[in-house]
Amino acid sequence: MSLLRTVKLRKYFGDTKAVDDVDFTVAKGEFLSLVGSNGAGKTTLVNLISAFLRPDGGQILLEDKDITYASVDERLRAGIARSFQLVNLFDDLSAFDNVALSIFSRERKTLNIMRIADNDLEVRGEADDLLSQFGLKSKRNVLVRGLAQGERKLLDVAVAYALRPRLLFLDEPTSGVSTRDKVQIMDIISSVVRAGNVTAVVIEHDMDVVFKYSDRIVAMHQGSILADGTPDEIRRNEAVAANLLGLSAHG
Amino acid sequence: MDIVIIQFLNSIFYAAILFLIAAGLSLIYGVMRIVNLAHGTFYALGAYVTAWAIGKAAGSMNIAVLFLLLPVGAVAVAAAGLLIEPALFRPLYNRPEEYILLLTFGLLLILEDVMRFLFGGMPLTAGVLMDSLGSFPVFGLKYPTYNLLVIGIGALAALCLWAFVYRTKFGVILRATSQDRRMASALGLDVRRVYMLAFALGCFVAGLGGAIVVPAQAAVLGMGVDALILAFVVVVIGGLGSLEGAMIGALLVSFVRTAGIQFFPEIELAVLYLIAAVVLLIRPTGLFGKV
Amino acid sequence: MMNLLQPGAEGVSVGRSLALALPVVVVLAVVPQLIDSYQTQLLTYGLIFGIAALGFNLLLGYTGLLSFGHSAYFGLGAYAAAFMVRYLGVGSMELYILGGLVITAVVTAAFGFVCVGYTRIFFGILTLALSQVLWTLAYKFFWVTGGTDGIRVPYRTMTLLAGAVDFSGPRSYQRFIGAYYYYVLGLFVACVALMWVIVHSPFGKALQAIRDNETRARFLGIGIRRYRWIAFMISGAFTGLAGILWVPLNGLVTPEIVYWPFSGEIVFMSVLGGFRSFTGPIVGAIVFNYLKTYAVASTEYWQAALGIVLVILVMALPTGIVGAVSRLAWRRGAESGGSGDQP
Repeated sequence: MSLLRTVKLRKYFGDTKAVDDVDFTVAKGEFLSLVGSNGAGKTTLVNLISAFLRPDGGQILLEDKDITYASVDERLRAGIARSFQLVNLFDDLSAFDNVALSIFSRERKTLNIMRIADNDLEVRGEADDLLSQFGLKSKRNVLVRGLAQGERKLLDVAVAYALRPRLLFLDEPTSGVSTRDKVQIMDIISSVVRAGNVTAVVIEHDMDVVFKYSDRIVAMHQGSILADGTPDEIRRNEAVAANLLGLSAHG
Repeated sequence: MDIVIIQFLNSIFYAAILFLIAAGLSLIYGVMRIVNLAHGTFYALGAYVTAWAIGKAAGSMNIAVLFLLLPVGAVAVAAAGLLIEPALFRPLYNRPEEYILLLTFGLLLILEDVMRFLFGGMPLTAGVLMDSLGSFPVFGLKYPTYNLLVIGIGALAALCLWAFVYRTKFGVILRATSQDRRMASALGLDVRRVYMLAFALGCFVAGLGGAIVVPAQAAVLGMGVDALILAFVVVVIGGLGSLEGAMIGALLVSFVRTAGIQFFPEIELAVLYLIAAVVLLIRPTGLFGKV
Repeated sequence: MMNLLQPGAEGVSVGRSLALALPVVVVLAVVPQLIDSYQTQLLTYGLIFGIAALGFNLLLGYTGLLSFGHSAYFGLGAYAAAFMVRYLGVGSMELYILGGLVITAVVTAAFGFVCVGYTRIFFGILTLALSQVLWTLAYKFFWVTGGTDGIRVPYRTMTLLAGAVDFSGPRSYQRFIGAYYYYVLGLFVACVALMWVIVHSPFGKALQAIRDNETRARFLGIGIRRYRWIAFMISGAFTGLAGILWVPLNGLVTPEIVYWPFSGEIVFMSVLGGFRSFTGPIVGAIVFNYLKTYAVASTEYWQAALGIVLVILVMALPTGIVGAVSRLAWRRGAESGGSGDQP
């Protein structure tokens, strides 16, 4: 049963058809990679689903509930969270505070004015636990501006993950990171996500990463879905080979 | 009827001055993204320098020459700007914009006292210029001819500024830099020089406003601080960074002020600030602004 | 990592903060016994401005909003108390505080609601414009506000602690200065404690998140406008309280306290102390008060002196006094084998 599906979803920027009548589905529990060259529409699709952009037409259904025009808040409550391609964190707060904030927000505790945040042991415990899962425990008290790129990318994912979403969108979680670190980061992300039974959609350029970790791959090209299938199926797909050649090593 | 004509002329007169101050403020913001809190003080400095120069020369030279001395204030202020920008602003361009804002506040404090030091606490006038032109009759009342000169200079300045920004090569450079500083730099434009000249031009225009108002209105301490707020209102209404906006805004503010002072003197300023607040709410970029 | 003086840093605990704050409070409590009446009065002003700056910095340091109109709330508090004296014949300090806070709350709610839809320069200009509206009202409606002559708030008819302390009789001025200092000190400590809890609460963290990354905060489900509005109201209330406390000491309220350069002074205080730290604005306010008093006494050109200090501050010492001191302390710590993290 699909967790999320789009029906003829459309977003045009003037003459450019960024997302062109796209029918996209995500099944519950799967780890899906969204691939395609730059400008294929991957990020726009994710932006539409996460309420960053409003569609020009079509529908977005979360388990048959129409969320096409739902607000950011409504989508968060429905269980959709995302990380960002360019690291989007709270630079002058520590790694711990970043994750804790997610949890506070999820628990609707962010309007607590008269209690000291650190004294909330539940939230503290959960935040520390998450940091451990993501391998960031040693950087707990370091401000984001003092973290390395790989650590920031992991934290970006952790902050989204801390919202305990049903559906997690990760926009290029390994971009800007060295090849060696990429594997390490994806290992952590995929193991945490799978252990938590979270459905994940990952935008990724590095095809090696994509083939290694995905249950299913959706390839986009010029606003439409080019191919959709398991890694093996995609590997054998000629259209994909033609359009995504040269992408693998330079993601 | 005669009062109406007089008030109308006064409004245009006042608008001309306001336009000069606001245009400078807007120009500096448009190109450099700096809100210069000391801008009103530059206006005051222009007034003081011109009044002082004319006062010094009044006995010994004839009136025609004294008129030529009018722009002295503007030139002095522009020169100050050429010194201030590279020394104080340039080191801060990579910092958040709040830092320069604070710096200009410090500059305001310093310049206010510099003027007090140089020119003393008493008002300085250049009334001799105004008197020399006499007045002309308006429906039985007399109106100073000098005010017409001010209106003329204001209009001329507006034209020159417009031509400069939209018709000259440097104007193109100015506009390019204001729209995209990095791109301009990448294209080989010397952004530092552009900034320096833009700032000097903005200061010149403000100083000119002070210079031409001083024969009609004595230079007093605190005139800059009062002028700044009004210039802000003009720029908010007209749009930050827009020359046309500065003109329309100046006319609007001036007319509202004149009408207000005539009919509702208590709340005329309050009404003005409220209008600014309302414009900010409905159309934050102002009537013509581009941010 | 940076010590507890940095907002958002981990390792903050109530215990450690109390340990650092207690000796300071003790010193402040003892000091008036050692100095003369004039100095006590000066320090009282410093504490009052400290409360104002503390409130102001909730918006700047923690929420990332630079308000150039905080003189409005200070003035509202002061004028509210003055009106209660002139029109209601009230002498109780507690009533001044109650009435003043109510009025300040209403106006900051209205102003704030309007202002928080905007950021950065527009926010600043909007707050400035609105404070100027109040200034012109104070200035022009002189039959209500006393205009430039202002309204007097005499201490002689004032009472503290619901009438327990009054100032009639001999040597009343000295007694007033002495008693009022402790009254202000008590409120000062309460305000600092309250603000400390607020900025270390989940709400405070959410504000800092909004400051650092509005987009991400929104995508965590934090309602940007609402949080800013609440912060605005808290900020205005603190500064309003400072105004209420200020007016009996000053004895007089005039429109000058609402005029925009005073807003600039409040900003100056926070920057002087360091707006990226909790204690910075308090330190800055107290230091600024001494700075200004001595500058005014020493030279006719005290404005330029202050201006030069501000320029130097902005260019050379952007983290203010507290920032510079804590950097120094951190460097000493690192030299003697401290942690490897950079500031």
